[in-house]
Amino acid sequence: MKTELSVVGHRSRKVDAAKLATGRAAFTDDVEMRGLLHTKLVKSPHAHARIVNVDTSRAARVPGVHAVITYKDVPRIPYTSAGQSWPEPSPYDQFVLDNKVRFMGDPVAAVAAETPEIAAQAVACIDVEYEELPAVLDPHLSMEPGAPVIHDESESYGIYDPSRNLAAHIDVEIGDVERGIREADIVLRNEFFVQYQQHTCLEPHVTICFFDEDGRLVVRTSTQIPYHARRMLAFALEIPVKDVHIIKPRVGGGFGNKQEVVTEPIAAVLAMKTGRPVKLEYTRTEEFTIARNRHPQHLWLTTGLRRDGTITANSLKVLTNTGAYGTHALTVTGNTGTKPLPLYRTQNMKFFADIVYTNLPISGAFRGYGAPQGFFAMEVQMDEAAEAVGMDPVDFRRLNHIRLGETDLMSAAAGEGSGKKPRVMHSVGLPECLDRGAEASGWAAKRCNPGSGVKRRGMGMCILMQGSGVAGDELAAAALKMNEDASFNLHVGSADIGTGSDTTLCQVAAEVLGVPIENIIIRSGDTDDISFDYGAYASSTAYITGTCVLKAAEDARQQIVAVAARMMEEDPEGLLVHEGRVTSLEGKSVTLREVALECLYGENKTLVIGRGTHATKDSPPPFVAMFAEVEVDIETGQIRPVHIVSAVDVGKALNPDICEGQVEGAVAQGLGYALTEEVQIGDRGQVLNPTFMDYKIFCADDMPELTTILVEAEEPTGPFGAKSVAEIAINGPAPAISNAVYDAVGIRLRSLPMTPEKVLAALDEKSERSAQVSL
Amino acid sequence: MKIEVTVNGESQEWEVPVNQTLLDALRLRGLPGTKRVCESGECGACAVIVDGLALDSCILLAVQAAGMSIVTVEGLSTGSQLHPVQEAFTQNGAIQCGFCIPGMIVTAANYLEENPSPTQEEIRHVFVGNLCRCTGYKKPIEAVLSAVRDDDTS
Repeated sequence: MKTELSVVGHRSRKVDAAKLATGRAAFTDDVEMRGLLHTKLVKSPHAHARIVNVDTSRAARVPGVHAVITYKDVPRIPYTSAGQSWPEPSPYDQFVLDNKVRFMGDPVAAVAAETPEIAAQAVACIDVEYEELPAVLDPHLSMEPGAPVIHDESESYGIYDPSRNLAAHIDVEIGDVERGIREADIVLRNEFFVQYQQHTCLEPHVTICFFDEDGRLVVRTSTQIPYHARRMLAFALEIPVKDVHIIKPRVGGGFGNKQEVVTEPIAAVLAMKTGRPVKLEYTRTEEFTIARNRHPQHLWLTTGLRRDGTITANSLKVLTNTGAYGTHALTVTGNTGTKPLPLYRTQNMKFFADIVYTNLPISGAFRGYGAPQGFFAMEVQMDEAAEAVGMDPVDFRRLNHIRLGETDLMSAAAGEGSGKKPRVMHSVGLPECLDRGAEASGWAAKRCNPGSGVKRRGMGMCILMQGSGVAGDELAAAALKMNEDASFNLHVGSADIGTGSDTTLCQVAAEVLGVPIENIIIRSGDTDDISFDYGAYASSTAYITGTCVLKAAEDARQQIVAVAARMMEEDPEGLLVHEGRVTSLEGKSVTLREVALECLYGENKTLVIGRGTHATKDSPPPFVAMFAEVEVDIETGQIRPVHIVSAVDVGKALNPDICEGQVEGAVAQGLGYALTEEVQIGDRGQVLNPTFMDYKIFCADDMPELTTILVEAEEPTGPFGAKSVAEIAINGPAPAISNAVYDAVGIRLRSLPMTPEKVLAALDEKSERSAQVSL
Repeated sequence: MKIEVTVNGESQEWEVPVNQTLLDALRLRGLPGTKRVCESGECGACAVIVDGLALDSCILLAVQAAGMSIVTVEGLSTGSQLHPVQEAFTQNGAIQCGFCIPGMIVTAANYLEENPSPTQEEIRHVFVGNLCRCTGYKKPIEAVLSAVRDDDTS
């Protein structure tokens, strides 16, 4: 029986909205702690060096300094900071502090002092003697014979080939690409370049560590991965998991940068040394220089085509720069191939990748997780392919995109996770996304109509696919407790980092339990609760944790129905829980409040505790068709995005406001990636632009008009039909805009960001070419 | 240094180091709504209203506020009664992580005093000094417009 949904699918106000709007103490650093010490770091001035000697004696004598630590004071245990399933597929190539530095800014020592000023003063008193080593600053040279070996330490493990600076490697083929190319009428071969992008979470990495009255280490930290962080911290510091309590307060943005254990280990060691609460908070400059970034890549894509527009082969080769450490090295680049390649129906696919170390800033997880790089190459190439066979780019996608019931073999062959189960498409809303996106953007009328004059207009589009969690590598567990007033405490292990997942999960629980959302009191990401979760990454929470909460709520509902049936002397079968009551078919009813009181104090004493755990090998993809209208100034080379239309198949919009917000935010971040954002690196490996002044993210005035269309192709494996929404749209702006620029002025931009300089250079090259032709 | 300030309507006497920013002075006094993000006046997350003008408190010294009246995001609401801009942000899905939101709300509330019926274009322009990495700015701008509309109809 399908009843009308009363909470799910509604634009419920976010459960945390009021506290955030009024500035209540919600975030890690918003609490006052008696005796709190502040941390400052000594950072390497070299890209690659061995530490010959560190003298901390002067620093230790500065009044107000409580501890100074170097590599001598921490366990020498290699670990990875990448927050992933255990054992992490990233190399164990980091130490809390090390006797070697591998990029400029690599932490060398840390000071805990009464005030930040004293800590800074003490940092200046630490004398470090370095033996400078030759550095690898170009990923193309990392694997050259004779290149300096960045991870020459004996303890690290899980590195694919440390002697060649090769952190990870991928080589997968499905079908026969050579044959596919032979059978092609047209072969396209192109190279693409993508840059370092910084997440710029507004809240920096921040951790406060202290010991509670039982001597357990409490870690109040801005993280996406509370449970992974507990396990990883215990491992890196050689302490029992039971002695670590992670509290994830409100998080001020993550985007993957906090799918890492970054500030936690040093803060924990300093708390151990001093016995005092210790805070380590990165400055904005540190966020730009020593946190994580999106992996830069050089991509080569070869496509075989028949004249009828069918694709005979796609072959992708990637060189990825993981920087000094291999956090998420294998799996991010894995996504570069496994998300774009299977979107297109061809029997022949190849994916080859080298992920190399350099003495440059660290790459890591970043919204999209490798897919933005791959989709940039793929979707620009598909635009060119459509042109090569004389088809409209939308029709070309309609012909070639993966269909309902078809199987994604690539994710099983090369995807992350222990699942290795081919993804069968149970819901594909792409046809509707293409139709509605084309209509809303005015595609047919506006295409191939650049106008004349200095400012030319163009239309471009792309299609996208992502996942909903890591296939086979997810577990979520939740508990739901009923109180006297028919309110419920909901404990989940997931992390709302601004995504709205706390609200969405409350909506799911409220729907099943027949109560208003206000009756659900959620706590997320506290490892002392009855909960578990892999964390907020891979667009997993609505799909994985959502199903888990659905199960917990159904479990609680069954217990409620059992008690109500006894109270009403009715058969539990056929009892409905709705609008705060349990109702029988004959119209008898009791309120949930009466049931709750009966449970706690009546004849049928019991505590209603719903329990849900969920693990799955499925990871159904959401889909997007994105359309971009741009204006290109042929004198300045400036690209102005005018209108972005995102038609997004989310399965079911559990909360449309939240879904739209996720899409709009991802588009904004993707616009920066496409046009303005690049962490620039100097000749010594230093970051040249570590401020918002010099690293340009989109502001309100830069934004184009945004139109978001939510398409609901019901996913049978998802809670109320939902799949994911958080990441997918970030993949779109770069290729859609590049294609729109081609429509406007006839140049193919294959390097990000698409700056005015690149536009002008390409326009010059184009006019030189046409001059030669006319000669 | 000893200074007198009015914070959210209450006269206070502060003993502050001369090099302390207004941002730190406020946060140390139990007002964590004002956020530390860039510490260089680039992002607007620390905006507070100083004598009627929304300013970045990370690039003001506390002593510069001597004798002045400061309104923080905490001072916009009265008990559980939210300021219309706060109410609109919560009703319009304009809040994601929420870290930039106090600065946006303070900036918008201050601007509406000066221009009670702004256009969408004007709000876009007012938010140029408020960086947000979550929302794409669309819903915050719509929230301010809706606060204006709701005010008109009440």
